[in-house]
Amino acid sequence: MWKLFAQQKYLSMGLGFLITILSWYAAVKWLPISSFQRLPDPLTVVIEWFNPDPDYGLSVFTRDYYLHIWYSTYRATTSFFLAVILGVPLGILMGWHVKVNAYVSALLSILRPIPPLAWVPVAILIFPGSEPAVIFVTFLVAFFATTMNTLLGVRSINSDYFKAARCLGAQPKDILRDIIIPGALPSIFTGLQIAMGAAWFSLVAGEMIAAQYGLGFMILESYNLVQYPTIIIMMITLGIVGYISSAIIRVIGNRMMRWREQTMGASLG
Amino acid sequence: MSDKPEIIDSSADARLGHLSVQNVSKIYDPHGAHVEALHDCSLDIPAGGFIAVVGPSGCGKSTLLNILAGFDNLTAGQVLIDGEQLASLDHPPRPGPDRVVVFQNGALFPWKTVLENVVYGLVVQNRFPESEANTMGMELLARTGKLDRIAHSYPSQLSSGMQRRVEILRALINNPRILLLDEPFRAMDTVSKTTMHRYLLEIYDQYHKTVFFITHDLDEAIFLADTVVVMTTRPGTIKLRLDVDLPRPRTRTRETMLSQRFLELKQQAVSAVHEEAKKAFERGERELA
Repeated sequence: MWKLFAQQKYLSMGLGFLITILSWYAAVKWLPISSFQRLPDPLTVVIEWFNPDPDYGLSVFTRDYYLHIWYSTYRATTSFFLAVILGVPLGILMGWHVKVNAYVSALLSILRPIPPLAWVPVAILIFPGSEPAVIFVTFLVAFFATTMNTLLGVRSINSDYFKAARCLGAQPKDILRDIIIPGALPSIFTGLQIAMGAAWFSLVAGEMIAAQYGLGFMILESYNLVQYPTIIIMMITLGIVGYISSAIIRVIGNRMMRWREQTMGASLG
Repeated sequence: MSDKPEIIDSSADARLGHLSVQNVSKIYDPHGAHVEALHDCSLDIPAGGFIAVVGPSGCGKSTLLNILAGFDNLTAGQVLIDGEQLASLDHPPRPGPDRVVVFQNGALFPWKTVLENVVYGLVVQNRFPESEANTMGMELLARTGKLDRIAHSYPSQLSSGMQRRVEILRALINNPRILLLDEPFRAMDTVSKTTMHRYLLEIYDQYHKTVFFITHDLDEAIFLADTVVVMTTRPGTIKLRLDVDLPRPRTRTRETMLSQRFLELKQQAVSAVHEEAKKAFERGERELA
């Protein structure tokens, strides 16, 4: 039964891809709009992508392809981890101490809506070189997402848990370790997923403006150099790398929160 | 500690838990809205007694429980436990493992297993090393309804009745002087409720802890308690104190609840509660008008 279901699931997934690729092919080849014909068709992209001797210099057989992936991944993960290291404790502190929240929340509310791109000029001005500037911009968005969701997580903890813990003799440090952190964890991990997505989003923007390597840089560069298949290759690569990064977070989250799986349904009462 | 410490001390000479509530009042927001939740409440529960508090919603039952638990301070009077002052105006109460609450909606930590929940108090108070606490937890779980088979389940995998049992044990293992039960069986169907009553009485008959039990349900109150207290609508005062002289152990639910004495007691309580409910309703209408 499960096998059949799984097969059907993969079948539907495959069908989805197939329809998209066919529409893409049709749009390029058969649509009577000339500008659409500038877009490379799927076949051209795949041939270029897996070409040992690519026409435009980038394929799975070239070193540079991996160099771009490496640069982007390195920037995204560095920013992400910085955001986690700073954002999670700040969010917990804001949820825990009314005073900290009073200091920070108004400030965050104003800073948060500023789009990452708006930070780019300032970042380039204040940081030596483009590398820290790109990382800073990426970090900022991830940081806001992490902090806000952690705060939300702490706030959402059932107040009876705090009372119960105090009844049982828990001290503040115990409450932090046994109630606040595990209680906020589901929301923290939602925040991390959002942060990872936001990190990639602003990373590409940052790379387009101020970088020499990376997937975002290469997308704009390929456009400027009229290497259209490379644009598509880089875009799909971004999709794959982004998917893998959030899948990793999801897997870690599920492992840390086994208690949330309620599938056993053991009604013993 | 002796070689083999008895988990919960129930010997008569060591019996603690004499609770004395003396002229307690509680006013919320005294300089603003000035809501008097409790007015001059006095209660005396002997060590090992079982008291059930009934009354209309908003009569201050929960306020009283919060004061006893140490979540909230009173504004007049004092509370003594075994002669020691627990709460007064100058001495705000603090929560502690000698008075553990079982909550209305359940407050087992969902991220901890049943066993981890049960031993949490012992571990966090550093009373026993974790391994020893776990042994004691398993023993208690096994002894009360063979719950050791669910020791490593998470609360979300259990029925609500099972969760309540575990929560009661989590309180009991600390050897508290008083168990504070805040409408613990409120959301349950009749059958599960009956099972839970039997379970609670079994524990009560075995360990004789003082129990302070809040409920809406008169049948439940009379069936379980030695003393039923009916509270008035806000400000909460004690309207009626009913001594329940039904014999223990009350293991036969139906026999007890259909007995002549039970019905007489219920009659008395019903009219008191009904009067208060009517007052509360009328006041509600006035406030709306």
